[in-house]
Amino acid sequence: MTTDTLIEVKGLQKHFKGGDIKALNGVDVSIARGEVMVIIGPSGSGKSTFLRCLNLLEKPTGGTILVDGADITDPKADINRYRQHMGMVFQHFNLFPHMTVLRNMTLAPMKLLGKSRAEAEEKAMALLERVGLADRAGAYPHQLSGGQQQRIAIIRALCMEPEVMLFDEPTSALDPEMVGEVLEVMKALARDGMTMACVTHEMGFAREVANHVVFMDEGKIVEQGTPSDIFDHPQSERLRSFLAKIL
Amino acid sequence: MTGIAAWWSNIAAQFTVAFIVKDRWKYIVTGLRNTLIVTLGAVLLGIALGAVIALVRSSWDRTHDDMRPGFSKACLGVANWLSKLYLTLIRGTPVVVQIMILFFVIMANSNNKILTGIIAFGLNSAAYVAEIIRSGIMSIDIGQTEAGRSLGFNYTQTMSFVVLPQAFKNVLPALANEFISLLKETAVAGYVGLTDLTRAAGIIRGVTYQSFMPLIGIAIIYLVLVIFFSWLIGKLERRLRNSDH
Repeated sequence: MTTDTLIEVKGLQKHFKGGDIKALNGVDVSIARGEVMVIIGPSGSGKSTFLRCLNLLEKPTGGTILVDGADITDPKADINRYRQHMGMVFQHFNLFPHMTVLRNMTLAPMKLLGKSRAEAEEKAMALLERVGLADRAGAYPHQLSGGQQQRIAIIRALCMEPEVMLFDEPTSALDPEMVGEVLEVMKALARDGMTMACVTHEMGFAREVANHVVFMDEGKIVEQGTPSDIFDHPQSERLRSFLAKIL
Repeated sequence: MTGIAAWWSNIAAQFTVAFIVKDRWKYIVTGLRNTLIVTLGAVLLGIALGAVIALVRSSWDRTHDDMRPGFSKACLGVANWLSKLYLTLIRGTPVVVQIMILFFVIMANSNNKILTGIIAFGLNSAAYVAEIIRSGIMSIDIGQTEAGRSLGFNYTQTMSFVVLPQAFKNVLPALANEFISLLKETAVAGYVGLTDLTRAAGIIRGVTYQSFMPLIGIAIIYLVLVIFFSWLIGKLERRLRNSDH
């Protein structure tokens, strides 16, 4: 298998206004097409900031992000177009509460991809079927459990047929019994070959699904490698002490 | 019995003098019509201008940290500064002073009192509506904006599909309140000779030397109007709630 780089991050910096600390201090990493990258690290290590920089929800203050070779941090880059191909899933789901599940899923494809209502709804229903929520198409988000909302949020992003999916602690706000159903959807997505970058505390998921684990601390990547490299043969003291605390 | 009968015939006589003789009820009808026209016109102008100011203010507050220096940032900055100045001026002076300035200074050459009244009250209401709508926009979780942007919507699309529909629903009670306040505030229109409901009562008082009947009469009309509009708005609110929850 050839490594086909989808996202190449070079020297990424993020300095928040009014703060002395650098949330990101020179991050270099590349994400291959079809790869599942999991980012772990203590809170405040910059892992969410890093993920949010990948689709410019946070504007980096330095460095470059190449997607398919094009620099999306270039002021002239059309970021809205790139975002259409980069799905994002949030900790708090962020479904649109004033729209039905189906409308949540068809809005962007209809307005941005120019799909007809029939096309968009057909695609949405197929995805709802896949995650077992077809009967909730007409429901409003507040009528659903957290796990159901997050599954909808994932397939809402998939409706845009993204090339890469970003997950920002997708299970952190869920009740424990709902974590499994969300992770199942993510695993299925990984099996289908979706490129994924995921910030998570689910080490079981990281071990089982990731091909690439990145450990961040203090705005930098401290170690990266395969799950076995990271979990079974940690090199740095910081990673060892982090793993000792969470495993 | 005779006491009540006497009182009642006195009331009836006063009513006749105030409203029936020489068709004086026509003053009330004209006043009511003008009050309604000025209020409705002003509320539409207020919402339109208020929404623009709210969008300028909230866009600036939410995006100026991330905007690149340049022409559009400079424009938004100037617009934001002008909006703040406007809010300060309008909210810092009494509406009756504003309406007199507009009638006797700025639009002194205009003969259209109704239009001038709509503009005066509309400009005043816009300042309050702007802050109501801005608070509605700011009350929507930033995650909603991020979700919209992450799907590839630009700022304007995110505002119109995601943020504003939710914000509008949240501020509807406050907007309704503003509408009802405005309806009653137009009672000062008589200061510039606009025959609204209150001035109509004043005219009747002037010609009949009676205060009780015309004043109580218009008080009842205002009250009925407010109760009617409150009921209408309550219905609209319930409908909005049902449609999405």
